[in-house]
Amino acid sequence: MDVTFLVAGTGSGPTLVLDEPLSFWGGVDPASGMIVDQAHPQAGLTITGHIIVMPAGRGSSSSSSVLAECIRAGTGPAGIVLGEADPILALGALVAAELYPDRICPVAVADDYEAATMVGTIDLVPPAA
Amino acid sequence: MRIVSGLARASGARRLLDISAAHIDGCLYNGEASLDFAKRLAGARVRVPTTLNVSSLDLLHPDLIRSDPETQSRARQLMDAYTAIGARPTWTCAPYQDLTRPAFGDHIAWAESSAIVFANSVLGARTGRYGDFIDAAAAVTGRAPAAGLHLDENRRAGIVFDVSGLSTGLKQRDAFFAVLGLVVGARSGGLVPAIVGVDTATEDQLKILGAAAASAGSVGLFHMVGITPEAPTTNQLTASELPQIMVTTDLLRSARQRISADGGVSHLGSVHLGTPHYSTNQLDHLLSTLGGRPIRLSLYVSTGRDVLKAWGREEELSALGVTIVTDTCTYVTSIVPLGSGMAMTDSAKWAYYAPGNIGLQAVLGSVEECVESAVSGHLVKRDDQWT
Repeated sequence: MDVTFLVAGTGSGPTLVLDEPLSFWGGVDPASGMIVDQAHPQAGLTITGHIIVMPAGRGSSSSSSVLAECIRAGTGPAGIVLGEADPILALGALVAAELYPDRICPVAVADDYEAATMVGTIDLVPPAA
Repeated sequence: MRIVSGLARASGARRLLDISAAHIDGCLYNGEASLDFAKRLAGARVRVPTTLNVSSLDLLHPDLIRSDPETQSRARQLMDAYTAIGARPTWTCAPYQDLTRPAFGDHIAWAESSAIVFANSVLGARTGRYGDFIDAAAAVTGRAPAAGLHLDENRRAGIVFDVSGLSTGLKQRDAFFAVLGLVVGARSGGLVPAIVGVDTATEDQLKILGAAAASAGSVGLFHMVGITPEAPTTNQLTASELPQIMVTTDLLRSARQRISADGGVSHLGSVHLGTPHYSTNQLDHLLSTLGGRPIRLSLYVSTGRDVLKAWGREEELSALGVTIVTDTCTYVTSIVPLGSGMAMTDSAKWAYYAPGNIGLQAVLGSVEECVESAVSGHLVKRDDQWT
């Protein structure tokens, strides 16, 4: 999987392909990791431990702290692979990495997004420094 | 500064730029991570005038808040952490309703999606789509990445929404702007939308449109031909080969139906206005629409503490039974009793987020429909509002 990292780190897991962009704020419950945006096609699924694959970020700028809270609480994804860069999600993962250095959630943009949606698992490995 | 630089890398910026103002939305309590971050700021000081977004508490009406004491205590610690670094306790999602607002061309670092889109589109100020954390990091460093909507090349229209086929009557209503915002947000992708065919629009209507567009999509800037300061002309758009979407009443109806609950299945329990925070003009309109009639349902209206003070007519609304909420909003914290039935709102943003945030499904209506429902005690729909 060729990606460009927005937040570098190692993460692997089964993919959770989201058909539409998801706003974490109002869309994910940090206590359970469940998608609670009832209008979202993947409502009711749990993000925990998955590599989220979604086309773009969406909506509220409070999504940064909801993602950070998911990462803190251990309900967050193993990583996020996007179709286009999203600063709001990158920031949530970046701050979580500052506050909780043992819990890294890499965020990356796929060079070939369609290909990322086709695979069952993804291993995110940062480029050698 | 590590956070500002990290974001600069994530957004492909090669340099940082100076900002003249910041708006922080990290003061809403989203869990322990919010507070862990704010505590790291202790000892720092904002370098630019900084306003604060809604919190999880209403300090003017504390009895409204139903969350447990522990959560309230943490929410208060979070608010105190941000005022301690020198940010103004404005507690509003509509900082542009303040006397001091950014000027055309100013580079600013604002969080809160509806405020971002207003600043870029209506004021012509320049802010990226910032979120929690970067807002505070930018405020204390006075710097932001030179990327995204700070740069000319990212502010040009990329898709056109043509509403010239719709009736003039429809295009004067606030509710039209809410639903148009949903269409624009859902269909713009990552492009900057330009709207053509609106003859007049108030600032409140532009606020409503932007908030809806930023909820349904990632819109941080829109242009409205003949209305907003950086909009291209109709001739420029005609000459361009941008994708065009003709907005029809069918398109508006399906957008409204998609987020609006079906009002037939459950009794209506409460009505929610003021997302984003109402202006003095909107408060005037609410009061005149009520026309002195008392209400049978709980009707909440959210506004900024400074707007409420300047308006000066809180008691007239309270006397009719209206609950006024400041410093926060009814869909971001625990105010509405559980099991109180379906909700109704004039805000597309409220309708979008309330089901996930507080478990309430909402019917999206015009202000008039909302008020008539609150007065009569049951759901009132007026189809003439939507054609």
